[in-house]
Amino acid sequence: MLSDQDRIFTNLYGLHSPGLEAAKQRGAWDGTKFLLEMGRDWIIEEMKTSGLRGRGGAGFPTGLKWSFMPKKSDGRPHYLVVNADESEPGTCKDREIMRHDPHLLIEGCMLASFAMNAHACYVYIRGEYVAEKHALQRAVDEAYEARLVGQDNVHGFPFDIYVHHGAGAYICGEETALIESLEGKKGMPRLKPPFPANMGLYGCPTTVNNVESIAVAGTILRRGGAWFAGLGGKNNTGTKLFCVSGHVNKPCNVEEELGITFRELIDKHCGGMRGGWDNLLCSIPGGSSVPLVPAEQIIDAKMDFDTLRNLGSGLGTAAVIVLDKSTDIVQAIARIAYFYKHESCGQCTPCREGTGWMWRVMLRMAEGRAQKREIDMLFDVTKQIEGHTICALGDAAAWPIQGLIRHYRPEIEKRIDRYSANPHSDPVPMAAE
Amino acid sequence: MANRRLAPAAEQPESFAFTPDNAEWAQGQIAKYPEGRQASAVIPLLWKAQEQNGGWLPRAAIEAVADQLGMPHIRVLEVATFYTMFALEPVGRYWIQVCGTVPCDSCGSRELKAMLHERLGPPGHVSPDGTFSWLEVECLGACCNAPMAQINHDYFEDLTPESLGRLMDDLAAGRPVKVGSQTGRTSSEPQGAVNTLQDPSLFDGSRIGAWRKRFENGGEGEAANDEAASSEQRAASDPKPARPDAGRAVERPVTDAPAQRVAEGETPVKPEDRADAADGGRSTAQHGEARPTVRAEPSERVAADEPAAAEAGAQSALKRDEPPPQPAASGASEGEIAAEAEESRIEAKLAELPKDASPEQKADAVGTRPTGLDAARAGQPDALTRIKGIGPGNERRLHALGIYHFDQIAAWTRDEIAWVGTYLAFPGRIDREDWVGQARALTKSLSR
Repeated sequence: MLSDQDRIFTNLYGLHSPGLEAAKQRGAWDGTKFLLEMGRDWIIEEMKTSGLRGRGGAGFPTGLKWSFMPKKSDGRPHYLVVNADESEPGTCKDREIMRHDPHLLIEGCMLASFAMNAHACYVYIRGEYVAEKHALQRAVDEAYEARLVGQDNVHGFPFDIYVHHGAGAYICGEETALIESLEGKKGMPRLKPPFPANMGLYGCPTTVNNVESIAVAGTILRRGGAWFAGLGGKNNTGTKLFCVSGHVNKPCNVEEELGITFRELIDKHCGGMRGGWDNLLCSIPGGSSVPLVPAEQIIDAKMDFDTLRNLGSGLGTAAVIVLDKSTDIVQAIARIAYFYKHESCGQCTPCREGTGWMWRVMLRMAEGRAQKREIDMLFDVTKQIEGHTICALGDAAAWPIQGLIRHYRPEIEKRIDRYSANPHSDPVPMAAE
Repeated sequence: MANRRLAPAAEQPESFAFTPDNAEWAQGQIAKYPEGRQASAVIPLLWKAQEQNGGWLPRAAIEAVADQLGMPHIRVLEVATFYTMFALEPVGRYWIQVCGTVPCDSCGSRELKAMLHERLGPPGHVSPDGTFSWLEVECLGACCNAPMAQINHDYFEDLTPESLGRLMDDLAAGRPVKVGSQTGRTSSEPQGAVNTLQDPSLFDGSRIGAWRKRFENGGEGEAANDEAASSEQRAASDPKPARPDAGRAVERPVTDAPAQRVAEGETPVKPEDRADAADGGRSTAQHGEARPTVRAEPSERVAADEPAAAEAGAQSALKRDEPPPQPAASGASEGEIAAEAEESRIEAKLAELPKDASPEQKADAVGTRPTGLDAARAGQPDALTRIKGIGPGNERRLHALGIYHFDQIAAWTRDEIAWVGTYLAFPGRIDREDWVGQARALTKSLSR
């Protein structure tokens, strides 16, 4: 188990005050000026050394992302946008940061903005997080009050931070959709290139980072990239907030080292599996958009980016959804299909039409009211959606279904057999492709 | 995509205007964004308008916001219909949004929905007294506290149908309710079993400034990284249990391969290997079984089917159509390196010769001419073209050298290979195509 001394989010559970004084006692805002004086290149270099991979799902190296911003301004301002539109089903970590450790986030924003020469930062919080929005705004006000941020602050780097909120659209978690939404439009992803680092918010160079990626920056810079890189494994360094939900005895958020095994994560922190380990059916280890992994493969797997990718899944946001044998897995995936149908922005045809089509077929399969050859057809359609859309929502909608067919095809077939063994008055329909 | 329409005209109010307080608040929001980018404030303003209008957004409010921000009405209508948190039809005083996505779904939100359905009727309808309306929504991001519901602005977590029912009773009666977890959790900690973040030194301020040590010793040196050192020490004294490598492609350092040496910053070819390889008189056999190598054996012994030779023959008993056996990875590269070294040695020697040197002169400079026969034994030469790489032309030239039989080729030494290779003007090819190995196999098959 990760030592308490190596934990970054020391007030994860809100057992202590989120206020500025308490946050300073826990080590936030400690020597920020000193770190800024070390210079832009040092900060980026240290972030690269740490091996921190973005915590929002894609796992792109954060230091590298920061280094993509133009070194010299061409007259356009630079922006840092923090993605707090936490909507991936299963994920509830950024919420805890914003309401319990907001000063780590604000300090991280300052450091990251300095490294990218951005004098303004917008934090885009999902609309549903009203309490979190107020908590973060309170912390921002405290920081302004203490002149930690603002035009004339004690750090000598003019910096403004604004809290912005959305209104309930999953797609706004995609970085270009988030930028569109922040500009006051519908959250429809943009085609890339141009990448946000060249043409982002208001046509200016912009970096979009997840809350967790930004909030760990202060601690990494203080304790050193090498310290962070010393935790976890090669290419999968550091600590990560895991959100364990579903059929465990005590679901919780917990900060752990990347590379902890699934079994250890559940046993040490979540009070074990509901009904014992034999009761585990499968897990969706990275939020609803990654394919599920059956029990025998996940149970001793390391929870890190590369291991899970090799298992045909992904770490995503480390939102571990645990499902036991009482779960109707076909119905569960059908529910995920509905989610993507609901959240598709409607811009690209394969996704707009495909998510609804897949959901309708999945609904029938959950019932068994389908033809066996539709399983192959469904798989084929997921392949036609995957990779043919502007953003990754098409992929995210396709993967869970692919995972289901890959691992639980006999279950679907059994259901179809059971349905057709009984007399029904209406004929079994067949999907039109 | 959700199908979202504005409320019917009968329910739409005539006009909408922000209250003075809200209008001032709106100005504060607009000021957050750069000059000319006031459209950014559209979501916060619509949100405020919805709040002011009792939880739903009428057409008049949408148009008022558009006018205030200088946006075309259609742009704001687009926004209002795109984002699902804008309720376009009237809602109850308490608007219950139950999360129905997978984590909540698997932890009992179906029971909550059934309860609400029974108590309030189908989703989207306001109860007769105007107190409640409910809706199933997508993930609200409180999955560790599933199942949960949002009632107006507040999250109510760890619900059961009973506790949600009690909550609704309390709300309807105007009694205070507890926001957050309904089972006594503070937030998303494991209930009653928090075993992390217990170290008091995290909270007493004793860690402030501790990290500066790494900058004091040796300036900014990464070498003086106390933090890293301490975590290494910890790892040594308190090793983590070994973890199984489930699913992970295990990378093992295979052997002492050149690529590996390059990765470790060494030269790919060891100097001693290079020297070995350059020594044309020595066989590369010592480098392992990289490649069926030449042995300086007299042809009689091979022909006599001596056990050792038989073994070697079996090793390279390849069929005509098959490529020569691919040697094992590590040894192969060494063998290839040896061959490469030899080639470069030959090239160096050739460079010393005058340009108009005859093939014999060139060949003599780098190797020894194999002794040839005056004529094929019993007047019956072997079909040398059966060796892959020898065509009719090369066969003729080999015959001119007095090479008629497979066993002759099988017995070539390194020096002789170098000579023939240079004479035929394709150095290295004899090794690449493994003429010697092929010849040995063919000798073997003939002797049977």
